[in-house]
Amino acid sequence: MAEQPTPIWDFHGGLHVDDRKAPSKASPIREAVIPKRLQLPLQQHIGRHAEPVVRAGDPVLKGQLIARASDYVSANIHAPTSGMVSEIAELPIAHPSGLPALSIMMEADGKDRWAELPEPIPDYQEADPADLRERLRWAGIVGLGGAVFPTSVKTNVTGKQVDTLIINAAECEPYITCDDRLMQEQPAQVIAGADILRHIVGASRILIGIEDNKPEAITALRETIDTRGQRDIELRIVPTKYPSGGEKQLIYLLTGVEVPSHGLPLDVGMVCQNVATAVAVAEAILQGRPLISRVVTVTGQAVAQPGNLQTLIGTPVAELIEQCGGYLPGIHKLIMGGPMMGFGLHSDSVPVAKGSNCFIAATEAESPDPVKPSPCIRCGECVKVCPAQLLPQQLYWYARARDFDKTQDHHLFDCIECGCCAYVCPAHIPLVHYYRFAKTEIWAMEREREKAEHARRRHEFREARLKRLEAERKAKLRKKKEALAKKPASGKDPKKAAIEAAMQRVAAKKAGQEAADPASENEKN
Amino acid sequence: MEFPVASSPHLQGDNDIQRVMGQVLLALLPGVAALWWYFGWGVIINLGLAIFTAVFWEWVVMRLRGRDPRPVIADLSGILTACLLAIALPPTLPWWQTMMGTAFAIVVAKQLFGGLGYNPFNPAMAGYALLLVSFPADMTRWLEPSVVSGHSLGLSEAWNAIFSGVAPAAGGWDALTGATPLDHMRTELSREHLIGEIRQSAVWGDFGGRGWEWVANWFLVGGLFLVWRKVISWRIPASMLVALALIAGIFWVIDPDIHPSPAFHLFSGAAIFGAFFIATDPVTASTTPRGQLIYGALIGVLVFVIRTWGGYPDAVAFSVLLMNMAAPTIDYYTQPRVFGDQEKQDE
Amino acid sequence: MSVLLTIVTITLLAAVFGLLLGYASVRFHVEGDPIADQVDALLPQTQCGQCGYAGCRPYAEAIAKGEADINLCAPGGETTMIALADLLGRDPLPLADAEAAAKPKSVARIIETDCIGCTLCLQACPVDAILGAAKQMHTVIEEECTGCELCVPPCPVECIIMVPIKETPETWRWPFPEPSPWIKEAGNG
Repeated sequence: MAEQPTPIWDFHGGLHVDDRKAPSKASPIREAVIPKRLQLPLQQHIGRHAEPVVRAGDPVLKGQLIARASDYVSANIHAPTSGMVSEIAELPIAHPSGLPALSIMMEADGKDRWAELPEPIPDYQEADPADLRERLRWAGIVGLGGAVFPTSVKTNVTGKQVDTLIINAAECEPYITCDDRLMQEQPAQVIAGADILRHIVGASRILIGIEDNKPEAITALRETIDTRGQRDIELRIVPTKYPSGGEKQLIYLLTGVEVPSHGLPLDVGMVCQNVATAVAVAEAILQGRPLISRVVTVTGQAVAQPGNLQTLIGTPVAELIEQCGGYLPGIHKLIMGGPMMGFGLHSDSVPVAKGSNCFIAATEAESPDPVKPSPCIRCGECVKVCPAQLLPQQLYWYARARDFDKTQDHHLFDCIECGCCAYVCPAHIPLVHYYRFAKTEIWAMEREREKAEHARRRHEFREARLKRLEAERKAKLRKKKEALAKKPASGKDPKKAAIEAAMQRVAAKKAGQEAADPASENEKN
Repeated sequence: MEFPVASSPHLQGDNDIQRVMGQVLLALLPGVAALWWYFGWGVIINLGLAIFTAVFWEWVVMRLRGRDPRPVIADLSGILTACLLAIALPPTLPWWQTMMGTAFAIVVAKQLFGGLGYNPFNPAMAGYALLLVSFPADMTRWLEPSVVSGHSLGLSEAWNAIFSGVAPAAGGWDALTGATPLDHMRTELSREHLIGEIRQSAVWGDFGGRGWEWVANWFLVGGLFLVWRKVISWRIPASMLVALALIAGIFWVIDPDIHPSPAFHLFSGAAIFGAFFIATDPVTASTTPRGQLIYGALIGVLVFVIRTWGGYPDAVAFSVLLMNMAAPTIDYYTQPRVFGDQEKQDE
Repeated sequence: MSVLLTIVTITLLAAVFGLLLGYASVRFHVEGDPIADQVDALLPQTQCGQCGYAGCRPYAEAIAKGEADINLCAPGGETTMIALADLLGRDPLPLADAEAAAKPKSVARIIETDCIGCTLCLQACPVDAILGAAKQMHTVIEEECTGCELCVPPCPVECIIMVPIKETPETWRWPFPEPSPWIKEAGNG
């Protein structure tokens, strides 16, 4: 048995929310139809946006690189199907701002022809972790749980000792079932991916953390682990409590170790990866495939046939909804991600991106509009549920007063925006919104400050340069003046003066030699 | 298709302020019933007067501020303040004093600071303190519990007493009113009587005054209901009562002849009522877990200090008001250890 | 006798404290003008001169000396004014030029087809953000431009325009939650 009765630590706070997973949970993953047009934002990951390597009018094949990682922390983007690049322009993306961003638009030709792919690496255990990481980097794999941090960067543990790889299979947010289905249907890929990741980071064991509300997935994974006979993989069942899938919360649940505030799991010798990422890793290493599709949960009371779809990255959300039978009357909101941490979409013309795990078409009844908040009565309900052990009411107070220094004193940046505080708030204060407001304001101020610092340096440099030029100009002028000052004294025309000066120089030289000669003669004597 | 957007979370729990306040009001019922049982209809008339005054002034102030008064009145916080104040008042207090105290609580202590959530002081206790320093004689003239005096004030008697100052028929004021147990104990101790002698009087029950201790018991029931419903945290009442009992216990052990027992302190005056209903007012109390323990404990200590050496027989109002001032400082120094904070991890 | 004792004591005390103060002034002596540096650090460094001084540093020095008000910096806006008020313990003031402060942040752009290559704008730019040479077309390095507008008036052919900086998903900020169009008014909603 891979599973052992091990203690599960309990993190502070958290919530038991109605999981609402039933509508999509029962439906097996089906293949979504290839859309006619795909929009591929250049920024689907944390870090610098990718640089396009194709131009409008270029034909592309499925899996062909179309935008290259432009920095260490960046990610490649590949064509999800074959067709032609139609334009590179600012197109709508899934972002809370509703602002567009530079994207590659392509027309599918419907043939779905593959480009030439790199060789699979079936004997990954023998391979150099750096080569495997290079493959992940090529495949454009990012954290598919929603954080979209480039996996090749996260698994670069050079100089650090890693003993545990944590596979995050908690899927604690209500509604979402894509990871659950993936584990039920492709447990072998999940475990294979986890094993590859373990090899890359050099961990001695794998802990899979899964909530106890997914018995089918637990059975499937357990069978696979038993079949593989790997003793270094432990399946740990954690009680269902939101947000057990938060990276730091899950690590604490499984190991009792707290990841330092402002720190990374790597600091405590751990790396955490999501199940969907593990599957993408397995595909990149064992099949040589880039990340061009993902499983997406489409659910909510306002969609006709909720389910899980293997969807090409770049598929417009409207088409995805269409394939699920379209909207039902009463559609009020479209949410990307879970209902606790996801964000509302302004429009369904945005495409599915690497981080899109779920779309919820919600009726007003299931996700009511915010009401006018009452004043905070400092009841402390938020303190009780905060998994980061912050004082949400104080953070709110200072964020509202725009006292950003104080918000940072109260550890604003330890807030994971899980939404527990706002959920329980009896005054219905949009607390998370306040924290996001404060965070983005602080970032903006930071950018301004950096820009000002940069401008100051350039200005000082310019001043110094101007001063130097001025000094040089003055020096020249002075020389000229000196030269001019000598002229009237001699009272001769310049040519004669020059000749005279030359003669004087010769005379001086001679005199110098004569003066030196006796000395040398003395030496000889 | 376009959609409206809002920040996450997109779900909302079913808790709201009205519900919180409503539960506190509900929890007051057993205690109020006990008060009515022992002290008659004056208690109910006081409640009615205070609630009426509170609603009236909230309406007026919100109108003056150009806001809609309905949600403010509907959140029940003003009504709760009125009830807490009315419960603390003597059952035959002249009507205009009750109204004045309530108006002060609502207008000055609450609304002038910005309304619910912004008041630094517990409004009910601010109103109580105003009345106590302004009308000390009326405020300390309590009826004797019906179990002691043998007479329970009827509706019309209470009405006449409150609105026209007419003494009840049966024996006049002197026969029906008396010092509260705390006051009694205090006066007798100052006359250098020993506790053993003092307690021989018929007014004493098991721990505190007869009748009085049962009122405290029923408030305890309501308070435990609130703790069970998680409307209030257990920390403030527990730490306050434990601190009060501890310090009273120390002195009692030293000299039980001149220091009443801890049980007397707990079940007399407003200790129980204050611990569960007054000190726990979230707006003015400390909100950090450790801070609540300190806040409650210091109230307990202050209650004992003022009762024993101060100028007033009971001290919950002043102790709470004093600690209200300290709450922000306590909160500042008792911030919980943030998850993953390395420096404080060893604590 | 006791009078004498008092005088001696007081004198001794005065001497001790005098020495202490003297020592402290040497021991904790600070070079330069740290206040001006701190003020300068809060200014946006656009070097635009809208405050009436030749740049951010001169304005900072003027503030440090108490010669200038803290409300003159238009690009810094209210945020900078409040920060200065906090730093210096002065009362916040309404901005001297609220209109200029309300302008959206912009960068200069040269309409390159109109540029005659006169280099006048190059000389005006306080941060060397304009690239070009005599008789050559000039261009603004957008990342370096502080939006000070000092290059606009010298241009003889008026080919420099100020373009508001576009908000992107990366620079977008969450709006202040209340009052918010996202939140329905209770009662009428």
